[in-house]
Amino acid sequence: MNRTEIEEKLKEIIRPYVQNEEAFQNMTADTDMLRDLQINSAHLVDIILDMEEEFDIEIDDTTAEKMLTVGEAIDITEKLSQQE
Amino acid sequence: MKQRVVITGLGVVAPGGVGVTEFREALEQGRSGIEHLAELEELDFRCQLGGVPRLTDELLKSNFSELERKRLTAKGVIYGIIAGLEAWKDAGLPFPASTEAEPHWDYGCIFGTGMSGVNTLRDAIYKTDDKKVRKLGTTVVEQTMPSGISAFLGGRLGLGNWVTSNSSACSTGTESVIMAFERIRDGKASILLAGSCDADGPHVWGGFDSMRVLTYRHNEEPEKASRPMSATASGFVPGSGGGALVLESLDSALQRGASIYGEVIGGYTNSGGQRGTGTMTAPNSQGTQRCIQGALQDAGITSQDIDLISGHLTSTMGDVLEVRNWSEALHRSGTGFPMINSVKSITGHCLSAAGSIECVAALLQLKHQFVHASLNCEDLHPEIAACIDENRVVRKTESHKINIIAKSSFGFGDVNSCVLFKKYPTHEPNGN
Repeated sequence: MNRTEIEEKLKEIIRPYVQNEEAFQNMTADTDMLRDLQINSAHLVDIILDMEEEFDIEIDDTTAEKMLTVGEAIDITEKLSQQE
Repeated sequence: MKQRVVITGLGVVAPGGVGVTEFREALEQGRSGIEHLAELEELDFRCQLGGVPRLTDELLKSNFSELERKRLTAKGVIYGIIAGLEAWKDAGLPFPASTEAEPHWDYGCIFGTGMSGVNTLRDAIYKTDDKKVRKLGTTVVEQTMPSGISAFLGGRLGLGNWVTSNSSACSTGTESVIMAFERIRDGKASILLAGSCDADGPHVWGGFDSMRVLTYRHNEEPEKASRPMSATASGFVPGSGGGALVLESLDSALQRGASIYGEVIGGYTNSGGQRGTGTMTAPNSQGTQRCIQGALQDAGITSQDIDLISGHLTSTMGDVLEVRNWSEALHRSGTGFPMINSVKSITGHCLSAAGSIECVAALLQLKHQFVHASLNCEDLHPEIAACIDENRVVRKTESHKINIIAKSSFGFGDVNSCVLFKKYPTHEPNGN
């Protein structure tokens, strides 16, 4: 799966959790999921579970803590899928 | 100073009657919501019938955001929330944005439940035992905790007063109304959303099936199965759903110009202590009668003032004892007995949801001045016929002038609740 495909699927995953629709429309790699998209921090756990299921990967707690921006989420997914 | 308390909003999710309009039709037409459930047959249940509210996608979409729909799986929780939101809307109350800084400090919610989250809990148990606890996500706790419904409604509606949940088995719904009534009467809240809910399916009903308290004689004729007060009543039919009522101080209702369904004039809750004839599952008659009399005393009325009894009446052998207890508590019998009917003949026994669904039915009858048919009691139990005139049992829906309805609910643990609703006079402000 290439980066564009990952990005598209990731967008679908986070869309329901987003509380700032405008920031979502103008999303870049630097967009912060909590601060910019105003996703409830408790829901990040659910996003990680959704990503694990969608991409068939395991995101450990240390890695999850580093996943703050959309770009980081894509990087992590790309890296973990290549390891599979 | 004691506040007068009125009902200004109703919401209901009942078997065969989702939403107040459809529920009122079911009551007026005496339309049963009981059906045969293939799942129960496959699982070798003795009773293969149940009452399950049917929710459309449209209804779910109009009540929940995409994220909420994704997160919510607990059936009872969903029924309760939909009923609660309908009642709030019906009362013409605001739906504040989540960005609003302050909650309404005088608005609260008391929403009871039994086993509303059992299907969600079941999935969580499987995952946990399969060493997948980290896959549970963040929705399990809020959907399986008893206060999950009041917590959701409190957040959605911005409630800053009492937000809690009560649980007293099949007495839960009526109890929640009485709790809300007392708090508003005491002047501690101006508006409380009261109600209750319960889930359906094999994991809620299995225990009852095994206890042999459900009927197994009518699997081929679902509509005939729930037969309160009948000589051939042979156990209850399990149901599910949610009911909700907006209780409000009369002052607040008048100030808002809210439409009034009726007034709550008194209520009482107690327990028979599982002494005398009382056990975990059977009532101590003394307790039941004291509960009824306690409600009368609370309201300051006499037993002669009651026009209609909306009984607990589950379609078991307990119906005979219940009617006798009413007769003894009210000192009324024969043709002098009030009219009596049972919502459970239409919906089945909706367990923790029963009391609130039946309170909604009581308010609809009061507001629209009719009494609904109690189905399937053509063959009235001879011991009931020996106690009260058989014409006092309402077998056909009819228009009636009714002023006061007594609604009672009784539950496992020998617990009782009785609430009294009065028609709000048309000549008073906001009467219509």
